[in-house]
Amino acid sequence: MSLATESITSLRAKLTSREIQPGDILDALASSIDQKNDSVGAYLSYDLESAKQEANTADLSKPLGGIPIAIKDNINVKGLPTTCASKFLDGAYTSPYDATVIRKLRDAGAIPFGRANMDEFAMGSTTENSALGTTTNPHDPARTPGGSSGGSAAAVASDTAIAALGSDTGGSIRQPASHCGVVGLKPSYGRVSRYGLVAFASSLDQIGPLSKSVEDAALVLNAISGYDTADSTCLNEEVPDFTQGLNDGVKGMKLGLPKEYFGEGIDPAVRQKIDQAISGLEAQGAELVEISLPHTAYNVATYYIIAPAEASSNLSRFDGVRYGNRVEKPEDILDLYRRSREGGFGPEVKRRIILGTYVLSSGYYDAYYNRAQKVRTLIRKDFQDAYQNVDAILSPVTPSAAPLLGADKDDPLQQYLADIYTLSANLAGICGISVPCGKVASDNGTQLPVGLQILGPHMGEQNILRVARAAEQQA
Amino acid sequence: MSTEHIDVRYIADLARIELSDEECSTFQGQLEAILGYVETLKDVDVEGIEPTAHASPVFDRLRQDASRPGLNQADLLRNAPDSALGQIRVPKVVDPS
Repeated sequence: MSLATESITSLRAKLTSREIQPGDILDALASSIDQKNDSVGAYLSYDLESAKQEANTADLSKPLGGIPIAIKDNINVKGLPTTCASKFLDGAYTSPYDATVIRKLRDAGAIPFGRANMDEFAMGSTTENSALGTTTNPHDPARTPGGSSGGSAAAVASDTAIAALGSDTGGSIRQPASHCGVVGLKPSYGRVSRYGLVAFASSLDQIGPLSKSVEDAALVLNAISGYDTADSTCLNEEVPDFTQGLNDGVKGMKLGLPKEYFGEGIDPAVRQKIDQAISGLEAQGAELVEISLPHTAYNVATYYIIAPAEASSNLSRFDGVRYGNRVEKPEDILDLYRRSREGGFGPEVKRRIILGTYVLSSGYYDAYYNRAQKVRTLIRKDFQDAYQNVDAILSPVTPSAAPLLGADKDDPLQQYLADIYTLSANLAGICGISVPCGKVASDNGTQLPVGLQILGPHMGEQNILRVARAAEQQA
Repeated sequence: MSTEHIDVRYIADLARIELSDEECSTFQGQLEAILGYVETLKDVDVEGIEPTAHASPVFDRLRQDASRPGLNQADLLRNAPDSALGQIRVPKVVDPS
């Protein structure tokens, strides 16, 4: 068995007993990437030599000492390219600094290794919006890995990464984790610093781990969480040890089942796996409580006003002036902006910038953006009310398993509607995790993973990790 | 929330994106569909509801006004498409007339 197939926990035991060296893990990953990256395409780039140099000096006494972690290509790692899977930055940007999460990973002894593919600027749910490469689902090469952190999820699922960082603005960690059969955790808003993450929608973005086990997710979360003066939205709250209490079980916990998340539109085979996981948790002693999140029907509309609005503002920095690719021979500064952005951005990014500019424009601001922000308040309140009575909420991650490549390619609205169960956590600022709960048979004879979503209150990561651990054991 | 007035080329120009005719017509239909869908928000009673800008309470945070290391100028200029004399160069912005 290759070391590339193992979890952080298992590799850490072997490292501390000196059975293996950090370089052995990198060699195993490199050989696995050689075998699989042509078909899976999880990585846009990797630098084995510099990672090996870091491995030579890795401090094995640290919690993640000697463990390579793959990094979504929208997080700055000093000296490496950050492309956001966009032609705008490809070949034209080298990170001049480490994102806070990278500094923290290094402080914990980990080795950032490899840049994972993604939807361009994290906009999409299939990784097909990458301008720089195709990533396929390790469980079925005809299907997408999900997105936007599709490269991170596919790397972990294909044993070409031990664990990875992704970013989640509307489900972009949890949804690809679900489609690829790995664990993916979106932390509460403010738990993890966003400094050095290329901003998509600043009030929604969070960085989080994708991993092979719930315990691994807790270990990475331990390393990346905590106060940072470089991000004014990062909360000054004590970081607990997330591995503590993982195995306490769900006996006596109250788990909410929102009736709006179990209505029409769920694939019956997916529904069956979710129901089985829920019954299993009940059998382990959890108390199931039917709840209501009455504004669920407005999640998609609210999100697809707020996120593009913030994106249109954030992506104005990509103007061809300070970094990135600039059009040749511009007539004047406006021509430079317009044509650099025309050539640098792909269709989904343009679509969202235009949508965001429209909903913020004079005469439409109140009708769209301001109204969406008010509905966001109601969605948040739904969750605050629910957590008065329950410790965590259970739901599907997506209505169906991984879609075929090219499905709904020209119908963005149809793609947006599949985000119904994941967007609310970002709108409400709460935490959520996807944990594998079985597989369903696809039309083309493959077995596709299904994820159970566990949503916790703001700063309630310990609750969801504990439930996820219990669900993982019965899967 | 009327959507029949979305002028894709005008909005793209506000966003400083040049579009081909083909892109314009593709986006027109797709954006009309999305804007039609978000009309559902009209059904929500938001009377007296405060808008949420941030999902967790964020207050102004002050730091000590002290010097601290910044980013390396050479590293930053290496990312610039065009530079001269330690500065980023763009086409002339001032109108000569």
